[in-house]
Amino acid sequence: MNILDYTATELAKKIKAHEVSVLEATNAVLGQIDKTEDEYNCYVTIDREGALKKAEEVQAKIDSGEIDGPLAGVPVAIKDNMCTEGILTTCSSKILGNFVPTFTSEAVLNLERAGAVIIGKTNMDEFAMGSTTETSAFGPTKNPKNPEHVPGGSSGGSAAAVAANECFYALGSDTGGSIRQPAGYCGVVGMKPTYSTVSRYGLIAYGSSLDQIGPLSKDVTDCATILEVIASYDSKDSTSVKRENTDFTSALVDDVKGLRIGIPRDYFGEGLDSEVKDAVLKAADVLKSKGAVVEEFDLGLVEYAIPAYYTIAAAEASSNLERFDGIKYGYRTEEYTDLHNMYKKTRSEGFGPEVKRRIMLGSFVLSSGYYDAYYLKALRVKALIKKAFDDAFAKYDVILGPVAPTTAPKLGESLSDPIKMYLGDIYTISINLAGLPGICLPCGNDSKGLPIGLQLIGDCFKENNIIRAAYTYEQARNEMEKEVK
Amino acid sequence: MGKEYETVIGLEVHVELATKTKIFCGCSTAFGAEPNAHTCPVCTGMPGSLPVLNKQVVEYAMAVGLATNCDITKYSKFDRKNYFYPDNPQNYQISQLYLPICRNGYVEIKGDDGMKKVGIHEIHMEEDAGKLIHSEWDDCSMVDYNRSGVPLIEIVSEPDMRSAEEVIAYLEKLRMTIQYLGASDCKLNEGSMRADVNLSVREKGAKEFGTRTEMKNLNSFKAISRAIENERQRQIDLIEDGEKVMQETRRWDDTKEYSYPMRSKEDAQDYRYFPEPDLVPIVIDDEWIERIKAAQPEFREAKMERYTKEMGIPEYDADIITSAKSLADIFEETVALGANAKKVSNYLMGETMRLLKEHNMDAEDIRFSPVNLAKLLKLIDDNAINSSVAKEVFEKIFTDDIDPEKYVEENGLKMDNDEDGLRKIIEEVVANNPQSVEDYHNGKEKAIGFLVGQTMKATQGKANPGIINKILKELL
Amino acid sequence: MANVISDETIDYVGILAKLELSDEEKENAKKDMESMLDYIDKLNELDTTGVEPMSHVFPVNNVFREDVVTNGDDRENILKNAPEEQDGMFNVPKTFD
Repeated sequence: MNILDYTATELAKKIKAHEVSVLEATNAVLGQIDKTEDEYNCYVTIDREGALKKAEEVQAKIDSGEIDGPLAGVPVAIKDNMCTEGILTTCSSKILGNFVPTFTSEAVLNLERAGAVIIGKTNMDEFAMGSTTETSAFGPTKNPKNPEHVPGGSSGGSAAAVAANECFYALGSDTGGSIRQPAGYCGVVGMKPTYSTVSRYGLIAYGSSLDQIGPLSKDVTDCATILEVIASYDSKDSTSVKRENTDFTSALVDDVKGLRIGIPRDYFGEGLDSEVKDAVLKAADVLKSKGAVVEEFDLGLVEYAIPAYYTIAAAEASSNLERFDGIKYGYRTEEYTDLHNMYKKTRSEGFGPEVKRRIMLGSFVLSSGYYDAYYLKALRVKALIKKAFDDAFAKYDVILGPVAPTTAPKLGESLSDPIKMYLGDIYTISINLAGLPGICLPCGNDSKGLPIGLQLIGDCFKENNIIRAAYTYEQARNEMEKEVK
Repeated sequence: MGKEYETVIGLEVHVELATKTKIFCGCSTAFGAEPNAHTCPVCTGMPGSLPVLNKQVVEYAMAVGLATNCDITKYSKFDRKNYFYPDNPQNYQISQLYLPICRNGYVEIKGDDGMKKVGIHEIHMEEDAGKLIHSEWDDCSMVDYNRSGVPLIEIVSEPDMRSAEEVIAYLEKLRMTIQYLGASDCKLNEGSMRADVNLSVREKGAKEFGTRTEMKNLNSFKAISRAIENERQRQIDLIEDGEKVMQETRRWDDTKEYSYPMRSKEDAQDYRYFPEPDLVPIVIDDEWIERIKAAQPEFREAKMERYTKEMGIPEYDADIITSAKSLADIFEETVALGANAKKVSNYLMGETMRLLKEHNMDAEDIRFSPVNLAKLLKLIDDNAINSSVAKEVFEKIFTDDIDPEKYVEENGLKMDNDEDGLRKIIEEVVANNPQSVEDYHNGKEKAIGFLVGQTMKATQGKANPGIINKILKELL
Repeated sequence: MANVISDETIDYVGILAKLELSDEEKENAKKDMESMLDYIDKLNELDTTGVEPMSHVFPVNNVFREDVVTNGDDRENILKNAPEEQDGMFNVPKTFD
């Protein structure tokens, strides 16, 4: 069997059993990168030297028994908005084109402690603003399932790298669907945990109240395992929560008997591609056949999530991105007449169009005279949306729906009409507003052969319900595929 | 002319809190470090860094609020104030707009027409900015973020003051209160207390307020007085000339004694405040408030009363001793060690004040320990040293906090009480100064002083002056 | 209901956001903002009277640090990425207080 065909946890077992060395695994990934990276452009930075050096260090620690975890020695790719000490971290933006952090983000530190080998930093929509990875200053990433199509975004590089075997797993960040939607488009598993579960320290902020780091992986087992490693209380992140129930792998149980699954009718209305709809409903039938109690219900407020989200995210982003001013780090324009001219030229040259669009919108909705009408209104609607989910989770353990209205669009199709692009986030966005966990896993392909993503949403701090449902579905689907073969 | 105007003044006072670390990170707040030596990713706005609130900041803010009769806000939050300036590394300042920690307080001051209350609209917590240094040689400035993130409270008064004198009285009152709490040393000249003056004028008797201006860069009480007088006159002149006062922020130049508007068109003064998503709310319960209340020190008024009534110190003395918490502390500790209250008071009001002035120091800078002052007073009481030696020893205590017993011993300064030995010396002095002896006999009482002085000189100042006087009178 | 964004508004927001837009970018920004605001106006269909604005989703309060110095001198790292450094400080265009 080819090393690249192992999942992350399978590989770790082989490494532990000395059947595969860390260096072999690392070289396998680097070899794959040599073959396919030119076409897919999954990475902004590939740290060959660092990875090979690390591989030897980790191997020694595994051999000495110092590291003994379920991911020890496994090569990983990190989204380029997480700080990594000594490795370029750009957010796929010209304004951070030369930024080398002097500290490592907490989530990545957790991986390193578990023996991860960082291969490189993955491409993304600039500052995570976008749904296609086309707003990157370093060119778009292509979908390995069909390179004429986008991989989704903003964690498109991470999802594509997993799909293309250019890593064994990856970290992404999810502000409005940025892990789940590209996972869906690329046919891999992606999960956004409950807000506050993974430390945001070292994650370069887009929308602070919405951002959350999570895994992209080959299967649900890997996903739960990675999440268990990166989830930690961090006193450096004031919004981090001390959780007891982070034993996510204990939920890898092939059993959904009695699990109450709600299907929101509002997720299956106008705009949803019929092939996507059929595949997702079929997945619901599978879970039903495995003993879940499945029923339809009305969630409500779905169409209000997008305007509320874009108001809040743009407002926070406009403030979070003020620090990029050409003084402390990153790009500074070459010629300027005075301080304010330096600010304006640096930022106008350093940011791309989508980032500027959101900064402008965010600055406007916070400006004098508009704060109440736009920003506070959006925060009130957010409260209503949270309430709608609370009501739903009083009745159901899991909410099931599509991750996106369509499969991956072709490159260049989305950016022309921002609102249309934003509408593509309709099924993922409200989960961020309400802080909920959500997982996306493949549930079939459309007639063009593009993957379709199934989204399972859980109540706050109850990842285990969706992991259990996802695992059970995945097992059933593997069985079905075997039968077909 | 002929119209009479009233000045309406409100103050925004920034006070640097005396915490060991910054408000949102574990960097030291100590002065005097090399540029940027007290910085980290948080207080330099590095991408990915996050703030975590220093609990001591909340407790100091609560303590100041309680001491100024404020309501403590039970559910308080931080907001971001967005504006671009190089001393502000994130280009937003973390502050409190919507739910400040303290509201609706007041302090009592001696006003122009007797005691009056000055209302405190709110007290909020925020972070200080870094320091800009302007290069003399190159066309550039440089930023040092050592002060970035140092905790501040901003105390916003109501427009209740009517003169520079009231403003100074209010500031003195705040300073005293905060110093007593130990929440800050409140030094205007070092910037640990800064006051911005909001001022408007209106015709006497008018109900509406005039348009106000905000004056910044006031580094001393004198500068504040001058700026108030100058701005009052500037506004009156504008009104008299039929012109309008612009609502604006002005900067005071104390050497040129005038002010000028600060903002350019690039400063829209639209701060786009919104709740800081990286910090969680502060919830304060009654129990916490009670704990802070219980830990409040005895304030000046109470001390004055106790000093005069219980310790028998004149009001004049008590007023001076309580004018600085550090003096009052030394006073009480020295008395507690058994020293006589009035004698301690004399040393604090006389020698200590003189030396402070001589060394250009504030009472807060006093470093000597009460133990050594108490020992010195004991030596005097025991007739072990005379008063001129005592003065010399105290200077050493003041500067180097020496142990007076040891010092007197080691330098052989013990008072000479040996009558026979002294008699011999005095006989010599008398023999050598016939003129003074004659003057004395001719009724010039002062001449004896000269002879005492000569004797002291001959004994290197150690002789007991009582004994010298006694022997001299016998001999003459 | 259609929102109209004036040139002045775009210029004003540009000052706030420290962005300098070309004429073409300005026209696009106007159109983008107008359509986004029209879209956001949809929120007004909802009656939110009496609803508290929700900034944090979880009721987590009182997260503090103790007042203990934990950071040492880290100047070298802090200045490492500075576009221009001078005398251990960040160099900026001349500012006038």
